[in-house]
Order: sequence, then structure tokens, then C-alpha cells
Amino acid sequence: MQRRHKEKLIELIFLFNGVLVVLVLAGIFLLLLKNALPAFKEVSVVHFLTKPIWNPDAYDQATYGLLPMLVSTLMVTLGSLVVAIPLGVGTAAYLSDVASPRVREIAKPVVEILAGIPSVVVGFLGIVLLGPVISKLTGSYNGLNALNGSILLAVMALPTIISLSEDALASVPRAYEEASLALGANRWETVLRVKIPAAASGILAACMLGMGRAIGETMTVLMATGNAAEFPRSFLGPVKTMTSTIAIELGEVAYYTTHFHMLFAVGLMLFIITFIINLCADMIFHRHTRGLA
Amino acid sequence: MKIKVKRIKEILGFGVLHVCMLCVLMILAVIVYDIVSKGSGVISWDFLTKPPVDGMTKGGIFPAILGTFFVTLMTAVLAVPLGMGCAIYLNEYARDDGLTRFIRLSIRNLSGVPSIVFGLFGVALFVDACHFGTSILSAGATLGLMTLPLTITASEEALKTVPRSYREGALALGATKWQAIRYNVLPLAIPGILTGMILGLSRAAGETAPILFTGAAFFLPDVPNSILSQFMALPYHLYIMSTQHHNIALVRPIAYGTALVLIVLVFLMNLVAVIIRYRLRKKGNAHG
Amino acid sequence: MRMDKKIRMKARKVEFFYGTTQILHGIDLDIFENNVTAIIGPSGCGKSTFIRLLNRMHELVPSARLKGEITLDGKSITSADVDPVEIRRKVGMVFQKPNPFPKSIFENVAYGLEVNGVKDRHFIEDRVVSSLKKAALWQEVEKRLHDSALSLSGGQQQRLCIARCLAIEPEVILFDEPCASLDPISTHKVEELILELKKDYTIVIVTHNMQQAARVSDHTGFFYMGKLVEFGRTEDMFTRPREKRTEDYITGRFG
Repeated sequence: MQRRHKEKLIELIFLFNGVLVVLVLAGIFLLLLKNALPAFKEVSVVHFLTKPIWNPDAYDQATYGLLPMLVSTLMVTLGSLVVAIPLGVGTAAYLSDVASPRVREIAKPVVEILAGIPSVVVGFLGIVLLGPVISKLTGSYNGLNALNGSILLAVMALPTIISLSEDALASVPRAYEEASLALGANRWETVLRVKIPAAASGILAACMLGMGRAIGETMTVLMATGNAAEFPRSFLGPVKTMTSTIAIELGEVAYYTTHFHMLFAVGLMLFIITFIINLCADMIFHRHTRGLA
Repeated sequence: MKIKVKRIKEILGFGVLHVCMLCVLMILAVIVYDIVSKGSGVISWDFLTKPPVDGMTKGGIFPAILGTFFVTLMTAVLAVPLGMGCAIYLNEYARDDGLTRFIRLSIRNLSGVPSIVFGLFGVALFVDACHFGTSILSAGATLGLMTLPLTITASEEALKTVPRSYREGALALGATKWQAIRYNVLPLAIPGILTGMILGLSRAAGETAPILFTGAAFFLPDVPNSILSQFMALPYHLYIMSTQHHNIALVRPIAYGTALVLIVLVFLMNLVAVIIRYRLRKKGNAHG
Repeated sequence: MRMDKKIRMKARKVEFFYGTTQILHGIDLDIFENNVTAIIGPSGCGKSTFIRLLNRMHELVPSARLKGEITLDGKSITSADVDPVEIRRKVGMVFQKPNPFPKSIFENVAYGLEVNGVKDRHFIEDRVVSSLKKAALWQEVEKRLHDSALSLSGGQQQRLCIARCLAIEPEVILFDEPCASLDPISTHKVEELILELKKDYTIVIVTHNMQQAARVSDHTGFFYMGKLVEFGRTEDMFTRPREKRTEDYITGRFG
């Protein structure tokens, strides 16, 4: 009797531990919401979503428009995907279909190491290494701009895209490959016309997760994009993303001011955007695994 | 003739893929080469064991190393038991029902939450609501929750490798479920769990955004003396030295040195994890 | 009296290895034009391995090694300077489990033509229709050519795979236990189809089902432990086998 109670108790403890993850996720959302809501007593939601200027320290009237940083975030994210998707999917296809087992043994840890490099180090190299190169090539002042941020974000998103795309390609049944070869296709045609299409939803999910990564990445864009508060105009101009705005301003702001709460509102938007992207990636991914079953 | 065209296309296509792979290799090579070549010059015993002096233009980075060590320890205190517990629940107790699927979905989504959002969460919960202030405790707890998805997934992978028969064998001898887990499953899974934990902690050690406002300090002359102290940290120090310092050009070598120490630290943790995994695999093979 | 037909493919002194393990020992076998040649034997005897040599599908396994020679119309297909892609266009293959691509029915049949450089849409459309007709699938899929191939039943999928193979007009078709995963009715349809196809093609079929071999084939080879124990006309082999082991196997004493 005693023993049964004890077992039941232990199971309950573990159950609570499992549910804790849900609580953390819900807690993040609710705390962001709680700390963001007071901001909208002063500033309307419409103002927040439509004003093209973010200027909390304005002399007369502070404005809190999300648009400049939202556009900045989208710019660097899309820029990074233009680099990271072809490079990442190409590398994944190389690893799954061309590389010899020995090359694969070496390349896999390389991707893992790349994933492990702290973002602050990548951002640092954006300043000292990539910035001067961009500056020389384009004549911009210090090379700290959206282009720089895009390239660095591509580096950050690559490991996710590579390893998940490779998993997707590896899960394509061998039977498809055999059928294609038996019809007189060579290995390249098989990869291009059978394996990649069959793994398409898995690869798409991988790219979306990579995109979620890029949108939420903070230190690289904070250090390498120049952080000008104006509305972004080109890839060669400085931009200030949602993540950098929070990172810069939360350190300077007084607690419980409208500005403080507004930063939580930005965080909430960030949370919602990445949440939706991850959820979509998840759904696409499950369609992928079910489609192959 | 047609065959030849096909063959040429194949060679070209595979060539492009090959170039993609080489680009990725090169990115890593450039990162490592630049930091090692420019950072190794400033590394010395003093650099590693002395605090910064003269407005952080000279001296070492000892407090930052120590601070990263402490905050990573704090992260482990939270992430290890909670990560293991959740994994044990999912792999040993959970049925395949709606709740379990919901928990798994939450884990996947939690892993996608931006690190700066965790920073905001840490500010709202630990710094503000719990009154821990900006401290090792707040920063470590924030990082601990952020690392959870990694540690849970890794622990569950390790638990999955333990054969069903080990549990059944113990249960058939009259062990309770918890006894079977405690004495027959966990001992076999521990090395695998350890690998995952170290990998998770190595990520936490390199994170900057979550600790920006939860405890990391610009400069502290003394080492932290309690978990409620602020701390210096390697990644934050690198950020400061490369963007916020009043004489950035002068302290560039220190920034490089800090970057080198940081990536060496992260690589070493990865290496330890890989070695454990490798030895584990060898032992696994020896068993059959 | 029946005339013996022309020999299309020949295997001579074929030895096959995976790494250091020898799978096939000294196989000599002839495949006659417009005949069905059945290969039977207990599981693990090397029959599926052998048929994969005939269009070099064995090369997908890196450690595979082949000695001896296989020829098609007198020309070697196994020497290193022959492109396997060229061989596979002449020697098609239908697999044990139906393996249509996750594409539409039309795209599945058109695939082989497209990768072989056919660009003319009209030609492709005509060929898709004629191949589906030859594979006795046309009536069932006529109105849903652009549905996913995975929406078909197992038997239909297998006939689609046959149509896909016919579309590139191979000369020899290899069937690797084509009915292993099908129900009796689908099996019957595929067998009828094979008998129909032999008018135009040379066919090799691996099967573990001796009744099937007896029903569809003209020649039969019996494989046992990597060796070709006996090869001859199917009717001879099933009525008066020369070898004791063949008799034991076809009368069900082992296997």
C-alpha cells in the first residue's frame, strides 16, 4: 500500500515536470503580454502597428511605430535566406548523395561546430572582418549594414538548414532512388527530380526553422547592422531590427515606463511571429514524415 | 551522344553541390583562422588570471571567465534535473495521448523562442517579479529554461537507447516502475544524457542576449560572492569590448583574445561531449 | 515442335561478393528472346542479387564486387567502360514492392522519357497513354492521370510501375518478385500482363512462388546457396528435374 502511494507520487512529480515545459511556454507569452499591455494605455495599437517612426526619446511627442524595425528584420532575414537556402540545401544534398562516407564523417562535425559558435563571436567577425570588406567593395562608411547582417544571419541559419534538410533527404525511401536509376536516370537526375521533390516539405520545414532562427537572432544583427533608427532604405544602409531594438534600449530604459512596456510589446510581436513560423514548420514537417510513411 | 550530355550535366550538378559544401567548410575555416591567428598573441597566463585594469584597456579577463563558469553552473543546476525529469516522464511514463503531443509541441516551440525574448522573460519573471535582481541566479535561471528543449531531447534520445528488455527484466523480478528506472535504465542512459547536457550547456555558455539584462555587468573589480551578485561574462565582455568601449581600436586585441577564449571554451565542452559519445558508442559495440 | 529462340543475355562465370562475403558462385545462364525466364530458389539463395546484376543495380552498394561477364546481344554490360545508365535504359526493372514516385500518375510514366532527353510533349503524352494501355491500367486511371500515384491501390501501383518501365521501351524487363506484396487478384492481373508482354519483350522474373514460375515462364533456373543448381525448360524442370535438390525444392520438401 505504502509502496503504491510512493510510486504514484513519483509519477506525479514527473508528470508535473513534463507539464512544466508547457507552463514555461505559456508563462513567456503571458508575462510578455502582461508587461506589454500597460503600454497600450498610452499608445494605441494602431499607432504601434502603423506609425513608420520609432522614436521614444522625441523631444515633444514620443512615437512607437513598429514598422521600421519590422521591415528591417524582414530585410535581413530574407537577405540571409537568399544566401543560406541554396548553400544549405546544396550542402545537404552533397552530404546525403555525393559525399563518400569518409567525407561525411568529417563534414558532420564541421556543421555541428558551426552551430556551436556563439552568435556574439559571429557578430564580432561581422565588425572586424566582413565590415571592412563590404566597406571596400561598396564604398559604404564602415560596412555595418543590412547586407552584413544578412550574411552573418545566413551563417547562423546554415547549420539548422543543412542538418534538417539532410535528414529530410535521408528519409526519402531508397525504393524511389532505385526506381529512378532503373529508368535510366543518372544520380544527378535522381537527386534533382526525385529525391529533392520527395523531400520538399521536409526541406521547406528546415528552411522555415532557419528563418525563425534568423528572425530571432540578436547579437549578430545588433553588432553588424549599424542600428540606425531611421526607416530602412537599402541593403547598404544601416538598419535596426526588432531584436537589436530590445537589446539596445532595454538597458537604458527606466522600469515601468511606456517605453519599457513598449519593448515588451516588441518582444511579444517577435514571440508571435517566430511561434507562427515554428508552428507552420512543424505542420509541414509532419506532413512530410506522414507522406513518406 | 545524349548519354554524354547527361553525364556532363551530372558532373556540373555535383560540382555545384561540392562547391556549396566547400563554402560551408570555408566559412568555418575563416572564422577559426581569424580568431586563432589574431587572438593567440594576447593569450598569456596573466590574461587568463588577472582582472582588467586601466579602464579595461589592459589586464586580463579572469572575472569574465569566472562569471561564465558560475552562470553556466547555475544553468546546469536548473536545466539538468528539469531536463532529465521531463525526458523521464516522456519516455517512461507518458502515454501517447493529447497531453504528451502537446508537451512535445511545446518543447519544439520553446526551442524556437528567440534568445532576446528569453531575456525579456527573465527580466519580467526573475529580476522583477521574483525580486532576484540582476544576478547570477536570474541569468542562470533564464539560460536554464532556454536550454531545456536541448537537454530534454538529448536525455530522451539516451533513454530510448536502453532496450525495452532491461525494464521488463526488472519489472518481472518484482521491482516497481521507479526502481526499474532508477537502477536499470538510468545507469545505462547516464553517459548519453551527460553528452546532451554538456552540449546544451556549451550553448548556454556562449549566449549573450538572455543575460544582457538579467545579470551581466560591464565591469566588476571583484569576483561575485553570492548567487545574487552581478557577474562579468565572456560573451558579454566580447560584446562590450567590440562595440561599447570608449576606445575600441585600442582594445581590439583584448576583444580577439576574449573571442578566442570563448570559442576554445565552447569547443572544449563539445569535445568532451563528443569523446563521451564516442566511448559510449564503442562500449555499445562491444556489448554486441 | 518449338524452335529455340535467340539468346539475348548471357551470364558467364559470374561470381559476386559483398565485401569479402561471396554471394554467387560461378553462374552460367542464358536468357532467350521473347521468353519468360523464371529464377526460383529459397530465400537467401542469391536470386534477387543475380537479377540486379543484369542492369547493374548492384552498384548502389559500395562494397559490391563482380567477377565474370554478363553480355547483352554479345556485348559486355559489366565492363568498367560501359555506362550503367545506358544499360538500364535497355534493361528495365520492376521491383518487389511497388515504388511509384510521390508524383502524379502521368508524371510517373513520363519520368523515364524526360530524364532520357525527350522534350516533345505530344510524343510524351502519346507514350504515356500507350504504356498505360499496355500495362492494362489505362481504363482505371484514364480520368485521373493527374492524381497522385500514391492514391492507387497496391496492385494498380505495381502496374503503374510496369507502365513506367515500358515507357522507355526497354528490350529486357526484370521483375524482382513483382507480386510479393500483392493480393491474389492483383497477382493474377500482373501474371496475365507478363504473358502478354513477352510477345514484345524479353522477361526475367524472380519469384519464390513455384506455381507462379510454372504458370508464366518458359525457362526456369533454380538457385541454391549462391549456385545455379539447374536450368532448363520450365515444363521439363517441373515434371522431371535432373537434380535431387531441385526435386526436393519443387515438391516442397524444403524451402
